[in-house]
This record gives sequence, structure tokens and C-alpha cells, in this order.
Amino acid sequence: MSNAPVNSGRRKFLTLTTAVVGGVGAAAVAVPFVKSWSPSEKAKAAGAPVSVKIDKIQPGQLVRVEWRGKPVWVVARTDKVIKELPTIEGKLRDPKSSEPQQPEYATNELRSIKPELFIAVGICTHLGCSPTYLPDSFGEQVEGVESGFFCPCHGSKFDMAGRVFQNVPAPLNLVIPPHHYVDDATVLIGLDKGDA
Amino acid sequence: MKKLLIALVALVPSLVFAAGAAVHLDKANYDLTDKASLQNGAKLFMNYCSACHSTAHQRYQRVATDLGIPDDLMRENLIFTDSKIGELMHNSMDKKDAAKWFGNAPLDLTLEARLRGPDWIYTYLRSFYKDPERPFGVNNTVFKDVAMPHVLEELQGIPTATFETITDEHGNEHKVVVALHSSETGEMSSDEYDRAVLDLVNFLVYSGEPNKLERQSLGFWVIGFLIILFILSYLLKKEYWRDIH
Amino acid sequence: MLKKLVTDGIDWIDARIPMTDTWNKHLAQYPTPVNFNFWYFFGSLAMLVLVNQILTGIWLTMHYNPSAEGAFNSIEYIMRDVPYGWLLRYMHSTGASAFFVVIYLHMFRGLIYGSYQKPRELIWIFGMLIFLVLMAEAFMGYLLPWGQMSFWGAQVIISLFGAIPVIGDDLTLWIRGDYVISGATLNRFFALHVVALPLALVALVFLHIVALHEVGSNNPDGIEIKQKKGSASEEAKGKFTFHQQYSGKKDIIDAVPFHPYFTVKDIMGVSAFLICFAAVIFFIPEGGGFFLEPPNFEAANSLKTPAHIAPVWYYTPYYAILRAIPDKLIGVVFFGGSIAILFLLPWLDRCKVKSIRYRSWMHKLNITQFIICFIVLGVLGALPATPLYTIIAQVASVGYFGFFIALFIYSKNEKTKPLPTRLTH
Repeated sequence: MSNAPVNSGRRKFLTLTTAVVGGVGAAAVAVPFVKSWSPSEKAKAAGAPVSVKIDKIQPGQLVRVEWRGKPVWVVARTDKVIKELPTIEGKLRDPKSSEPQQPEYATNELRSIKPELFIAVGICTHLGCSPTYLPDSFGEQVEGVESGFFCPCHGSKFDMAGRVFQNVPAPLNLVIPPHHYVDDATVLIGLDKGDA
Repeated sequence: MKKLLIALVALVPSLVFAAGAAVHLDKANYDLTDKASLQNGAKLFMNYCSACHSTAHQRYQRVATDLGIPDDLMRENLIFTDSKIGELMHNSMDKKDAAKWFGNAPLDLTLEARLRGPDWIYTYLRSFYKDPERPFGVNNTVFKDVAMPHVLEELQGIPTATFETITDEHGNEHKVVVALHSSETGEMSSDEYDRAVLDLVNFLVYSGEPNKLERQSLGFWVIGFLIILFILSYLLKKEYWRDIH
Repeated sequence: MLKKLVTDGIDWIDARIPMTDTWNKHLAQYPTPVNFNFWYFFGSLAMLVLVNQILTGIWLTMHYNPSAEGAFNSIEYIMRDVPYGWLLRYMHSTGASAFFVVIYLHMFRGLIYGSYQKPRELIWIFGMLIFLVLMAEAFMGYLLPWGQMSFWGAQVIISLFGAIPVIGDDLTLWIRGDYVISGATLNRFFALHVVALPLALVALVFLHIVALHEVGSNNPDGIEIKQKKGSASEEAKGKFTFHQQYSGKKDIIDAVPFHPYFTVKDIMGVSAFLICFAAVIFFIPEGGGFFLEPPNFEAANSLKTPAHIAPVWYYTPYYAILRAIPDKLIGVVFFGGSIAILFLLPWLDRCKVKSIRYRSWMHKLNITQFIICFIVLGVLGALPATPLYTIIAQVASVGYFGFFIALFIYSKNEKTKPLPTRLTH
């Protein structure tokens, strides 16, 4: 065995470079493994936007559709409800919708694009039950408010814009899904306007 | 010894083909990068084949995206069932009815190009000939007594065959097809028809493995990277082994 | 500061489990013969492929549907709908063939350098068990895509058990769990393929390496690097320190520590291997019809057999032996015997010299004819049987078994060359 001097600078450099390049390679190999957990094309197709006909919905009626396995409500609000909504702000936790529970175009007083149509994911923000729609017996839950949503699991209450009342377990307003009106009779749930 | 090994290994594929290929197959010079050809192939497939044959492992959306067909165009012109664009490309034929009509239910063709090879499909679709004795009035030189009509008749017409009788090594006589002649009744000339079939083959090759081009382009990066890693590791090894030599 | 934290941490662990000691014993101070050549890459490569198979296999299991109705479709689901599913699947399918490539080369190395001889018989036995389990693992894995080749290949192999007298038919029925191969068969094969056999494989690999490190590695010269304590010169012992376990009782000559010298060398081997592996995955994943057979792109159909059934390439030598014998029972006996006889190799070879470098011309000739017969059988097993091919396969089968018989006879009094006292490099 020869006693050739160890060129330690060169050795350190090569060890480090190989380690870095090898590390990059290992990270790259991890990519397919990690990405394969994302929703497959099958899941995406099943979770594709849902189009809902709105021209037949009567004032006060709630239509339930399924989007990505979750119930989405399309509610036709009556004029009375629309007038009532601004008056109950004092009883709500987040009346101005400051929490990001809705897309920008629904960050308004009525949490909707059109005042007469309210669209929301019908899942309580507390622990995931689906609240019950009480079109005219909500007064039993909150005095002086005729319509609203009441969650049977833990008693959370929401108004007709999906805003959560004070002193209930649910922390946040109901989620408004991305949606837009394709024409006067159709709304597409699951897709913002302009996103093809 | 090493030379012998190489020779033996090189011999294997040719022996396999020699054993398998009874019929001469024409080479299908398809081109997966040719979007126009793929689009035309998709159009031909949906119009002539999809009534009986599905490509049920594939999704309409994937075809639209990969072939550069806008979604609404795809929906209007290429989806003949009430499927949504994200769904698998099934067809509306009932499998049991189909088995009654054709003897067998028509196969799913998603993987046909990987099963039989592009050359086979290319030759097969150009090898129908008139045979009044068969239920659909046609036979095929590649797939004898095929239980399928010549669906591209509108484009090609039905060629007629010239036969010759040959005697095999056991002394039995066989009537074999030696040539096919165009009937001149189709919409396309012979060259145009060949090109149309090639487009169709191209589409089926694409359907068999939609990510083939992505696979190959990723492959160049991976191998390029590995060559760099190899050079570095070679230098590293030499550096350490200087201690010993 | 940081350095102290690290050393303290290591000390803390070392006081509880022998981490540093294990590292030294098996890597940093493991004496490795300095003259390892090209053939010594394949052990570490086999380990790499094993890891690849386990990881990609676990990930494929996440998307695969083990049922007769869903299996075939779920493979295409993986190939198309799962992000990068195609890559995971090709890594696994190519890995299966790569596993056998490296294992066959690894076994060839053992054969030519006599690595199976005393005192390494158990390493060889564990290795053969790994090979056997690997064949079972690959066979069961091949059923899972539920294509035509999966189905009919399994049909043929399971039918082999039917040749066993008296219990044969009941045994095949029991293996299948049905009158034909069905969902029941698929599900039990799936369970064995993804859980039971990988566990056995990992356990055997562990034993293989424990046994290897106990007696130490052989080398291309086939002479031991461990000599009687006090007999070797300082020059022969060299400048490296080895673990007390090895250097305590013996003098170690012409050895280098595995780490860093063979870690860097193996990293080089791994990079070269990965270039070939990636070339197949990304450019010829079907391996010309040998890694993924074309008939397997059609879903299993119990009423229609493909025109030509050939097993996957790594089984073809034994399959050719099976076919060469015109009697089912005797064929199966020789088929099993062709693998069983490999287990006996350490006792069939009675020569005291290990490496082919110092053995007789007869031994060299015998190994050459054995390899030729093995390859010829492999080629023939992939082809349809014709009368001519059957005769060639019979001749090659005689050569295959003849190797072992001849070895047993001539190795007793073999005329060998004098062994060197030091490793040549």
C-alpha cells in the first residue's frame, strides 16, 4: 500500500458534491411517491363542478346537491329574510364575514352573488354534521328570527346567510363554495368565474 | 464467451418473432407528436369504432387535453353518449346484446395497440375483402373469419381478393389470398385511406399509453442526472482509493 | 457546541443500544478484501432493488384493487389516473426483472469464485432460500395484474402440483381455492405477495448478511484474508484498524474497511446500474415483451388461452427442462430438481481450492458448458416447443445436471494450481 498524500481538500469537495447531488436525486425520487397521494383523475372527475338549475326554485325552498361528496345548499331567500338579515348582526359572532370562509365575491353583507340566492356548503363548522333548515320555526332557537339553520348534533345555529350565532359551539360561519352563474337559470358550483 | 452471450441475447427477439408472425405486417409509421393526426384518429375512432368498441380505461378529458381539443368541441363532436367529460370512455352498447349480434362482445380497444402492436392494427384495417360466405359479407387476411363488418367501407369500399391454391408439406391444398384490389367505391383514394388508418393507429397507440411522450422526455432528464452522479461517484471512488493503490 | 451536542447524543444512544459498535462492526471497521472486482457489485445492487420493490410495492398497494373484477382495471387506473402511477408501476415491473438480473449475476459470482465452499455453506443456503422465495414472490406478483398471461401462466404452474401422485389434484384445488384460478386465488396470492413473502425475504436477507459477516467475505482469489494471529507481517496487515471481533483472534491481511472504500465504490456501481435501470423504465418498459408480455394487456379470460404461453424470462431455463421431458411427473421432478440441486453445491464440490483462477481446465470447461446450457435453456423456454427445440432442450438439460455430477466426480482429486499467499490486485 502506497503512502500517497491524502488530498483532503479535493476529497472533501467531492464528498460534499456527491452527497448534495445524491440528496437532490433522493428528493426527486420522493416526488412520484408524494404526488401519487394527490387526488387521481378519477377523484377529480367525481369532484367536478356541479351545475344546478335555479329557475324552478320557489322562494323559501332549499335544494340540496352533492359536490365533492358534501351537501351544498341552494336556498331561495324571501324578501322578508333579506330585509331581516342586517337587523340581527348584534347576535352574530362574525357578522361582517372577516374570517376567510367565503370567496371574495361573496364577502358581503348577504354572503352571496345574488341577494335572493344563498349557496353554502351544508356542513357545520363545529364537528362536521349537516345542520337542519328551519324555514319558519327557527324562532324557537333564536327569539325574533324566523328562519335559519340549526345543527342537531351540538346545537349550533346559523342565520340565512350562514353566519354563526353567538354562544354556540361552532366557531366559524358556514363555508361558501366557489361558484358562478353560467346564465340566469344555471349556477355552476365548484368553479370560480373565469377558471375553465 | 462474452461474444457468444451477446449473440445469443441478440438472437432471442428475432426467434420469437419468427415463431409468432404467420402473416406479413406492414409497418405503421405513426407519430405521437403529430397532434393533427391524433385528432383525426380520434375523430375516426369516435365516428366509426366507438359505437361497438369502447376505450374504457381512458377519460374524455384526458384525450381532449392531450390532443389539444377544446372541452366544448370535445363535448359537441366527440362524446356520443351522455357522459360527462371527466368520465371514462364507455360506449352505450349492451354487452349481452352485442355478444348475441357478433358472437362475441366487441373488445375494449384502449390497450389494443399494446396487445397486438400498431403494425397489426394498421395491416388489419387495410386487409378486409369481399367474402359473401361470411355473415357480414367480408373476411380479413390478417384475422381470418373475423366476426366484424368492414366499418370503414364508406371510406375504402370493399376490396376484392385474388386467390391462389397452394399445396403444403402434408399434401393438403389451401386457397390463399395473394392480392387485394380496390373496389374504387370508397370516398378515399388508396393513399388517403392508408393515411386515415395510420391516424387511427396513431390514436390507438396514444390510447394504449397516453403518457408515453412524457415518460420519454422525463427519461432524458433522469438519465442526464444519473450520468452526472456517476461521474462524480467515479471521481469520488478514485479519490478514496488513492489511499490503497 | 453543536459537536458536543452530537457526541453527547451518540453516547446517550450507545449506552442504550450498540449503535456505534454495530456501525463499526458491519461498515466502518468491517474487513473487506481489497481485490473485489466487477462481480462484487451485485450484492449491494440486489439490496437496492429489494428496497425499490418494497417501496414501490407499498405505494402500488395503495391504488391496486385485489379482486377479479377490479384488478385489471385498477392497473390501468394506476397507469393513467394516479399522478405518477405509471412511474411507480414501471419501477416495480422493471425492478422485478432487474432483481433477477442482479441475483443471477450474484449467483454466478459465487459459482466461479467458490463462495459457497466451506466455511460459507450457510451463506449459500440462505442465498438459495432468498432465490426460492424471490421466485415465489415474482410468480404471485405476476398474477396480480390479472391479464391473460397472469392467468394462464399461473394456471400452468399451479397445474404442475397436479403431477404429484395421490394428493396432486386435491393440492391444486387447495392452492387455487376454486375449480379454476379465480378471485379466491388472486386474493391469497395478493396477501402472500405483499405481506408474507416480503417479510420472509427481508428476514432471509438479514440472515444472509449476518452469516457473511461472521465468516467474512470470499474474494476472486478464494484465499482467506484471516490468518493465524501473529503470523502476518505488518506490511500485510496494512494501516487500517478493524473491529476487535475480527482482528482480536486473527491477523487480517490485504483488507480495507468497507466504509468508506466500498461504500464509495458501491455508490459508483449503483449510479451505473441506475442508468441502465432508468433507461429501461423510461424507454423500453416492456423490455421487448420480456418484462411486460403483450398478452397481459388483455384482461384474464378463463375461456380463451393466448396462442403462445411463455413464462417470464427468469423462469424459462427451468421451464425448458420441464418441457424437455415427455412425462409430466418426471418433468416436474427434474424441474424441482434443477433448483434443489443448487442447494447441494457446497457438498458436491469437494475441491479445497475455491476460485476458478486456480482450478483445473476441466472445472473451467464444466462451468462454461453449464452457463451455455443455462442460457440455451432460457432462450428455448421462451420459444414455442418444436421437435428440434425439444431435442436441443434435452441436450442442454443433460448439460445442466451433468455439471453437478461431473463436479462431484472430478473435484475430489482435482489438479489445481498453487495458491498465492497474498491477494492479487
